[in-house]
Amino acid sequence: MAAAGSPSVFLLAVTGQIESGQFPGFDDLYCKFCFVYGQDWVPTAGLEEGISQITSKSEVAPTTLVWNFPIDITFKSTNPSGWPQIVVSVYGPDFFGNDVVRGYGAVHVPFTPGRHTRTIAMFVPESTSRLQKFTSWFTGRRPEFTDPKVVAQGEGREVTRVRSQGFVTISFNVVTKDMKKLGYDVSPSDMQNPSLVPVTEGIHKY
Amino acid sequence: MREKLKAARSKAEITLLQEDPSPRPRRLKSIRERKTEGRLDKESDNKFGKMREDESHLPSKIKFRDSVKKLKQKSTFQNDFPSAEEAYNFFTFNFDPEPESIKAGSRKRNKLNEEQETEEDCVETHEDEQEEDETDEDVCLVKGDDLFIIGQAAEDFLVMKPADCESYSEQLKKEKEFLFTPSMRAVPTSEKMPGNMQPRYLEDEGLYTGERPFVSQSNQNILENRILRQEQGKEWFGDDGKILALPNPIKQSSTRPPVFSLEEGIAPELETVYRKAIKMTAANQYLVGPGDFQGPFQLDIDISGLIFSHHPCFSREHVLAAKLAQLYDQYLARKQKNLTKLLTDKLHALRNAVQYSIDSGGDGVPRPVAQQSIPEYKIEIRQTRRLRDAEQEKDRMLLKTIIKVWKQIKSLRDFQKFTNTPMKLYLRKEEVDQKLDEKTYEAEIQAEITELLEECMEEYEKKMEEYKTELQEWKSWKKIQKSKKKKKKKGTHEEEESVEDCDLGEERVKPIPPKMVSSLEIEQQVREKAENCRRKPGVPALIPELVLSGSITPTELCPRAEVLRREDVKKRSAFIKVLFNSKEVSRTVTRPISSDFRVHFGQIFNLQIFNWPESLKLQIYETMGMSSTTLLAEVFIPVPETTILTGSAPMEEIEFSSNQRVTLDHEGVGSGASFSFEADGSNKMTLMTSGKVSNSVSWAVGEKGIPLIPPVSQQNTGIPSALKNIDAIASIGTSGLTDMKKLAKWAAEAKLDPNDPNNAALMQLVMVATSGEAHIPDFFRLEQLQQEFNFVSDEEFNRSKRFRLLQLRSGEVAEFRNYKQVPLHEREISEKIFQDYEKRLKERDVIDSKNYLDAHRAVVANYLQKVRESVINRFLIAKRHFLLSDLVNEEEIPSLGILGLGLFKLAEPKRPLKPRRKERKKVTAQNLSDGDIKLLVNVVRAYDIPVRKPVLSKLHQPSKSSRSFNEMFAASPSAQSPTDSPDWAFNQVLVRPFVEVSFQRTVCRTTTAEGPNPNWNEELELPFRAPNGDYSPHSLQSVKDEVFINVFDEVLHDAVEDDLERGSGIRTRVERHWLGCVKMPFTTIYFQARIDGTFKVDIPPVLLGYSKEKNLGIERGYDSVRNLSEGSYITLFITIEPQLIPGESVREKMNEMLKKFDTQEDEKLLQAAEKYEAECTSKFPSRQCLTTVIDLNGKTVFITRYIKPLNPPQELLDAVPNSSQTAAELVARYVALIPFLPDSVSFAGICDLWSTSDQFLYLLAGDEEEHAVLLCNYFLGMGKKAWLIIGNAIPEGSTAYVLTLEQSQYVIWNPSTGCFYGQYDTFCPLQNVYCLISCDNIWFNMQEYDSPVRINFDISKPKLWKSFFSRSLPYPGLCSVQPEELVYRHSDKAAAVELQGRIEKILKDKIMEWRPRHLTRWNRYCTSTLRNFLPLLEQNQGKDVEDDHQAELQKQLGEYRVSGFPIHMPFSEVRPLIEAVHSTGVHTIDVFNVEFALAVYIHAYPQNVLSVWIYVASLVRNR
Repeated sequence: MAAAGSPSVFLLAVTGQIESGQFPGFDDLYCKFCFVYGQDWVPTAGLEEGISQITSKSEVAPTTLVWNFPIDITFKSTNPSGWPQIVVSVYGPDFFGNDVVRGYGAVHVPFTPGRHTRTIAMFVPESTSRLQKFTSWFTGRRPEFTDPKVVAQGEGREVTRVRSQGFVTISFNVVTKDMKKLGYDVSPSDMQNPSLVPVTEGIHKY
Repeated sequence: MREKLKAARSKAEITLLQEDPSPRPRRLKSIRERKTEGRLDKESDNKFGKMREDESHLPSKIKFRDSVKKLKQKSTFQNDFPSAEEAYNFFTFNFDPEPESIKAGSRKRNKLNEEQETEEDCVETHEDEQEEDETDEDVCLVKGDDLFIIGQAAEDFLVMKPADCESYSEQLKKEKEFLFTPSMRAVPTSEKMPGNMQPRYLEDEGLYTGERPFVSQSNQNILENRILRQEQGKEWFGDDGKILALPNPIKQSSTRPPVFSLEEGIAPELETVYRKAIKMTAANQYLVGPGDFQGPFQLDIDISGLIFSHHPCFSREHVLAAKLAQLYDQYLARKQKNLTKLLTDKLHALRNAVQYSIDSGGDGVPRPVAQQSIPEYKIEIRQTRRLRDAEQEKDRMLLKTIIKVWKQIKSLRDFQKFTNTPMKLYLRKEEVDQKLDEKTYEAEIQAEITELLEECMEEYEKKMEEYKTELQEWKSWKKIQKSKKKKKKKGTHEEEESVEDCDLGEERVKPIPPKMVSSLEIEQQVREKAENCRRKPGVPALIPELVLSGSITPTELCPRAEVLRREDVKKRSAFIKVLFNSKEVSRTVTRPISSDFRVHFGQIFNLQIFNWPESLKLQIYETMGMSSTTLLAEVFIPVPETTILTGSAPMEEIEFSSNQRVTLDHEGVGSGASFSFEADGSNKMTLMTSGKVSNSVSWAVGEKGIPLIPPVSQQNTGIPSALKNIDAIASIGTSGLTDMKKLAKWAAEAKLDPNDPNNAALMQLVMVATSGEAHIPDFFRLEQLQQEFNFVSDEEFNRSKRFRLLQLRSGEVAEFRNYKQVPLHEREISEKIFQDYEKRLKERDVIDSKNYLDAHRAVVANYLQKVRESVINRFLIAKRHFLLSDLVNEEEIPSLGILGLGLFKLAEPKRPLKPRRKERKKVTAQNLSDGDIKLLVNVVRAYDIPVRKPVLSKLHQPSKSSRSFNEMFAASPSAQSPTDSPDWAFNQVLVRPFVEVSFQRTVCRTTTAEGPNPNWNEELELPFRAPNGDYSPHSLQSVKDEVFINVFDEVLHDAVEDDLERGSGIRTRVERHWLGCVKMPFTTIYFQARIDGTFKVDIPPVLLGYSKEKNLGIERGYDSVRNLSEGSYITLFITIEPQLIPGESVREKMNEMLKKFDTQEDEKLLQAAEKYEAECTSKFPSRQCLTTVIDLNGKTVFITRYIKPLNPPQELLDAVPNSSQTAAELVARYVALIPFLPDSVSFAGICDLWSTSDQFLYLLAGDEEEHAVLLCNYFLGMGKKAWLIIGNAIPEGSTAYVLTLEQSQYVIWNPSTGCFYGQYDTFCPLQNVYCLISCDNIWFNMQEYDSPVRINFDISKPKLWKSFFSRSLPYPGLCSVQPEELVYRHSDKAAAVELQGRIEKILKDKIMEWRPRHLTRWNRYCTSTLRNFLPLLEQNQGKDVEDDHQAELQKQLGEYRVSGFPIHMPFSEVRPLIEAVHSTGVHTIDVFNVEFALAVYIHAYPQNVLSVWIYVASLVRNR
């Protein structure tokens, strides 16, 4: 729409990074991310999917895996339904050196403008039986979701069993445009400035 | 802390002391000997001691505490076993006995006892740190400490002793004492029966015993053995020596009928059941609709207090006092009314009036009116006097009773020596003037006497008169009597009669003359009465006065019983609940009952009401002490009239009484219990709890003085009398009050005065109702608050295009399923979006005959559409149903075979000589987008392409003999030896064919090859776009696009018109002539992943200008390989790149779901079918085993029920009476003419619905299965041996064919084309045979191969064919689902002719439409010629007429170059016909002088099966 007064879409710009992960007992992990969004959302700029470098744990105390993998994407949308979610999946070698999944997790992109830190608890699907578990461990082919995007939707989840496994911390910088003009007021009324959460807060939580 | 420690320690000691003395074999006892029982104490003490030494050192203290903790734990839980370090110490330490250290230890111990306490205090201070710093390091240090301690103190508590050990046999012996193992052997009956009794079997004696619940025999034996060991064990056994048991309570059949769920996924118990909406009773009537809320209505309820007129705690005095108070109230009320005085005055007035009228009458002037009224007055006087007397008497009696009660109270007070009530009665004497009083008294009496006298006189006179008449009568009677007596004497025979007469006649008594009343007597009476009811003259009038000024005896001075009573009263309190429409709305505070049994509340409740005020109720509760609350009584309060407003409402007292029955053990008289005032207990009385509530109820007044009264408050039962004559309820009933229209109508009819304030509210309401602003909805709202939460109204919601779009999208309506970015603003959504959808919705019900040209087919199409929708809805539900495999990729557990194979692979040569084809990687359709998927078509070669015919070839008549099957399949090239001389064939290019593949409007072509057997070997790549960019399996399954592979002949014409130019250059015009095509649905390719084979090219029966050249020398090499068959063939390889995984799981799930539907099959049969299927698929997983199918109603049906001999249309049989083979072909053709409707497209590859043959013939549409079933049934009906083949064919995929046995040869029929093939025909489209089905059995192919060429069809061999019904499971004789007989409608020739005309017109229009830039000329002559050909073609089923045509056309249109062909199709609708004509590309010819010819012929078969022939030709004039 040309007229500045009446926009027909609102924009959501998300930058940030997949900062670090905590996977006790695992090392040399890398992560993939992708965005899941509703039908009324269109990414206009930036990367929808990405795959990070492999990172190893440091030898000394805070044994987190730091990726600091940047996210930068802009969406345009006409409907807050189907708000984008980031789906993160972490992979790494197992005992035999096979690449196996170490965790899936998803979180909605924060909808208030500002800086946010999110820590996602990660999980992996469980094997259906002990024997399966053993063979999957042995062969290095552990159960995986057919599509990592499964973790961003609720449908059909009841048939799966998962085990939680580590955390991933993501920081988001969110900028929105024209939301309020279109009648979507997302900021709390008592908040004048967007919250500036210190980066370290998320880490200290866990 | 300390306490805890001590507790733990003592516990440890106890556990140690309680150690089981019986030896345990596996216990290590060396450390913990009896003597070391106290060890723990010492040990810990020692540790304390040690720690004391480094008291200043903080971390060590912490450690110390940890060690204490650990020890505690050990001592409590681990005392059976030594800890690791203890064990280590035990085995490694050198235990040197050192007496000195023992002493030191003991010394230390003594010291410790004193110091321990201070120690522990220290410990406490460091509590916090200790909890946090519990790390491994500390644990290690503790170990060190332990070592140290033990090193110091080991000698104190270690004593060497050999381990106790018990022999196994001894142990067994001991065990035997305790343990009993019941044997499993049966107990002899004699043991179970009391001595010397024979078991008695009731059942044998003919008594009913019932079936015992099943318990396995071994368990029963165990139980019996166990019971018998007990004392009195025999009581458990019955007469028959069995354990007593009740009959089995479990019924064989379920009591409740099984519930079948209509909707899947919902348990039948949870299913919602439709109930018709019921109108609610008045209890839930709302004053107004929630929409037109007029403001709150408010009732003010003022509850001021409660007075008990009787209460269980009343003492006797209270009872009397209450009585007195009641009487006094009565007295006051009477006094206020003062009836006596009123009546006396009236009497006086009447007397005066009488006196006056008599007086005036005495004047001589006759006053008739006055005279008349005198007696009336007199009567009045008499009545008034009587009333006055009664009143006077009552007054007097009341006074007397008051005084009597007061006297009783006084005597009671004297008797009990205390006072309970403050009541006092004063009798005030009112002095009167004695003389005056006497005078009036006397005058009164005199007046009364005179009046009475008068009365008496009147009465006397009246009586006298009566007497006289009676006397007269008596006398006359007497005379008659006498005469009768005389008669009697005359004759005895009449005696009886007369006696009877006498009896009948009344026994008359002689009337007594009335006595004259003496005046004295009257006076006596009057005086007596006056004495009774009137104050004596001169006696002062007594006026009682009740005051509450008396003093109550203080409790201290009362006797014990009274004290108890008073205390009881103090304990009691009361409160009142207010119930509005029988719902509690508020309650008063609980107030204690005062000693005078009054409770003051003084609370006003404001009720904001929404419901009609129907009942207003107060519930009076009494609480006793802390606990019990009892409902004393309920009081109904009338809902106030509209006029009663707050402020003006009077306080009302409403009496209540309770039927509560209470007896108390103190002075209180109780309630409902009899008591007496008399000492001897006589004169008992029983009083019930009762009292009065004073309250007032009124309508509140709003802020602006507006009364908050609901509009129609006439609802209440206390209708004011003013409204009674126009009572709304009476006229329209109570329910009418809520119906505004009725009310308004009534108001109009009743002609209410609109100005009457009484009607104001009603008039207002009626006005509102009639003006249409408000209406009471005529529905029942389940969630009345829903409206509050709707953010827009429903109308607005429906109007909004955006919401509608969103709604349709989330409902997965096909048009909107993948709609992206629904615009945010209304204005951005164009109306067009919905047009298609709305059109579809409209068309669903409107039968559009234009598209179908046939009403019946339109109806059928509609029906199918509905079936399709319902199936798709089911499918959508099924899609939501996820399986684990849908979400999680999990490797199968490798079986041993696979593992072995894997091992074997290791030993495989790295580069094998014969490389295996590697499977392509499969791609799940998740992150695909447009352009990612390509369709690869590899056109390899073709055989037997028709060749051009020289324009002037000689006529030749092929030998047309009706060939038998045997002939046809026999590889006999000689049968059709070339009749043409081969010379010209070598000289001329026969044909220059090329292949054009079109898919999704993309066209690709190969290069041009030469000759009738071209070899292209070219790969064509076509992009694939999924509909709406949705690459989900579901979407791909429903792709309806087809791949068209058209074979054309490229014809070069010399375009040079002028002979002069011929020398200088070559100019040719390329023309292409369509030869035939192969159609391949995309879904087939999708499901099959790759299609590789040789396909028959669909070539029209007649190709003008072309002929089939057979058995030419060029292709001689192939002849030996393949059987001779008619038609051209093309070898293709089609696949999709990358390979997509077909969404089979959905289909399976759907089938699973469908199986759960209803079935009428026997459960056992279904189980057997399941088992059979499982067995078969386990052996040959790729082969489909079909035992049950789903019919159109969604019910599971056993497949053999579909097979039944059925009669083909008689017309077809009549056509060829003698040849069964031709008849079979004809029937197959008839079946093939029924339009084909693939399930896989219509139902998105989900499920197969099988319709029965009559349904199929009615619907005139079906897929392979229906065709096959019908054909098979026809063949059976014709007496052939026929089976249904379930198998795999190209290009259909999984399909059904028909197998017949003809003269010891198996023939395979393709039911959807009508073609038939021999078993060894290599071009047979059927590739795999999975199972055979007949009307009574199913045979599964157990042979190694499944290609029809390589298998044996002899079903009698069980090794080759596994049959479903066998000796173990005989055929139960399932009845067929097919009808007994098919009834055919006769073919409607007239309709066919009409349809023919219409189609021809449509097609001609279309061709002209397709050539917008050219003039389209129609050659009428040619058209009529072609039209003549068509019926012939139909007659010969398109065979062997080609040359006739050629010749005929040649003869008539010699100067034209004609190219054209007839198209033959079954008729379903017009669109495919147009498509077919268009795809041939006849219209594309752009020679300027081209002419066209088009003819349509429709042949009608029974049951409206139509065969359509379209002949299209283009004519170019030869020059």
